[in-house]
Amino acid sequence: MMQFNTGKQLDELVANGYLVTLDSAAGAGKWDAILPKAIVEASKRDGHWYALPVNIHGANWLFYNAKVFADAGVPEPKTWSDVIAAGPKLKARGVIPFAHGGQSWQDHLLFDAVLIGEGGSDLFLSVYGKDAQAAIASPKFKRVAEVFKQLRDLMDAGMPGRNWNDATAMVITGKAGFQVMGDWAKGEFLAAGQTAGKEYGCAIVGSEGGYVMGGDVFVFPKQNDANATAAQAKLESLLLTPAVQIAFNSKKGSVPVRTDLDVSSMDQCAQKGFAALKDPKKQIPGPSYLISPDENGALNDVITQYLNTPGETADDFVAKFAAAVKSAG
Amino acid sequence: MEKTRRATGSRLRSLWRRQAPAAIALIPAAIIVLAIYLGAMLWTVRLSFSSSKMLPVFDFVGLQQYERLFATERFVLSTWHIALFGVLFIAGCLVIGFLLAVFIDQNVRFEDAFRTIFLYPYAMSFIVTGLAWQWFLNPTLGLQKAVRDLGFESFTFDWLVRPNLVMFTLVIAAIWQASGLVMAILLAGLRGIDAELWKATKIEGIPTWRVYVSIVLPMLTPMLVTASVLLATAVAKLYDLVVAMTKGGPGISSEVPAKFIMDNFFERANVGLGSAAATMLLVTVAALVGPWIYAEHLRPRKGRA
Repeated sequence: MMQFNTGKQLDELVANGYLVTLDSAAGAGKWDAILPKAIVEASKRDGHWYALPVNIHGANWLFYNAKVFADAGVPEPKTWSDVIAAGPKLKARGVIPFAHGGQSWQDHLLFDAVLIGEGGSDLFLSVYGKDAQAAIASPKFKRVAEVFKQLRDLMDAGMPGRNWNDATAMVITGKAGFQVMGDWAKGEFLAAGQTAGKEYGCAIVGSEGGYVMGGDVFVFPKQNDANATAAQAKLESLLLTPAVQIAFNSKKGSVPVRTDLDVSSMDQCAQKGFAALKDPKKQIPGPSYLISPDENGALNDVITQYLNTPGETADDFVAKFAAAVKSAG
Repeated sequence: MEKTRRATGSRLRSLWRRQAPAAIALIPAAIIVLAIYLGAMLWTVRLSFSSSKMLPVFDFVGLQQYERLFATERFVLSTWHIALFGVLFIAGCLVIGFLLAVFIDQNVRFEDAFRTIFLYPYAMSFIVTGLAWQWFLNPTLGLQKAVRDLGFESFTFDWLVRPNLVMFTLVIAAIWQASGLVMAILLAGLRGIDAELWKATKIEGIPTWRVYVSIVLPMLTPMLVTASVLLATAVAKLYDLVVAMTKGGPGISSEVPAKFIMDNFFERANVGLGSAAATMLLVTVAALVGPWIYAEHLRPRKGRA
């Protein structure tokens, strides 16, 4: 078996006929009924199941140090304007407001969080979907670009190149106020002995509450050996059982991919995420579902250049973004 | 007539007998060069004319990948960066390596210790070098913070996070790593210079620096060429230092072609574009090396029969 992120990464293997279809296990487990629609669509090709999704990662969480925020008088932010307004208050306390790791994938993740929180779910889906050029040319998209650039002032000078977990460490130790990262960051807080809702808090920023979904899937290459094929079938039937889902996702920091489970044993942030995902309007597929790795990479370059070039305007950025989508799409 | 032919024949046969073992010993290397180096190069060039994404596909799309390549800002910037890096790195290494070699050649005490110290960085991989220098140059962790803690509040050395200065940090780290090698090569050359030369120049009353510049350096030309070739290969391959030190950042201000190629092949499942970039790198190297090979080996020399 092989692991991919949910979405288009497995396209070429499917097209070249290397993967086994999972239709029999899907039928027995009623996967079409119990999994969110976007996940089902991302895992099927031409009506056949090829990928087995095991979790949903939320990519646009904002994690904050509860004590730092309380001392500065900053409430849990609901919109990106709240986040920007918190900057001066945190700086006044001598804290770096925004701990960010300046690697291109992290810059892109942050941009997606601002795109969906400030621009809304429809704009997000258009930009990564069929009428991308029209969406990118809209004034709403330019506003998103401006808000994104404003966040640079909340970050510190050593931001470029920093690893994501070093930025999380800054929040854990109280050197910084918050970080925007996927829910895999919970592992760092857990390892430091902190509990969600007590020492740290988590929020999805944006009035619509759109949840940018990532996640992992397993695919099963065709095998010549009967024993290997039997082992694959066993695994296919096990990975989506309730017990395995709860146990695996508690450790991984993600949310179970089945929508019909009791998650009261998981931490506060996981429960928040699970509740948000019950609303189909909030289930927003992340870029890896919607665009190729090539386009994703090209956008990484454009976004990181924009964030790190003080003189680059929102108009320049919009033009480059449009060109990258056109050439890679 | 008959006698000359027999004589020529036997001379050829004895020539073959003498050279046969050498020729046979070289066959495995020849196979490797032809099949693997040349074959892989040709395969890559072939793929650059295809639309391959994650897996190789042997269709033909003309110059589409090249058009995309030169429209990609990151690639164009990469070529400027590598040119700047190449010039500064090779010049810097040669100058510093030469000065270190001259220093050691003065018969200083603890010569062995100094030689070891200067050559030691070359034993480290570029990854270790890059990581160490990244920590050292990071404004919040390294030199800037240390000096500020000592009391000099306004000291800044944040080149690592400034887009227009970050390439110089790469040059510094790379020169630190490779100067020792240049020193070792040039020291061997210096040691080969006849002591009589120094006596002669002292009698003539020529100042020492003049001796080095006008007499010694020309004598060291073969060594300098060797060192330059080694350094130039390190420039073309530059990848791991960038990944360890800056990951191409801030933004894309320290991107280099080799990193562009690797990212496209592996992370972005874009074999076609990566192959086009690799082909351009090959063409550039060939364009630079070609004239030199012609000048050294192929041009008919004056005075040859």
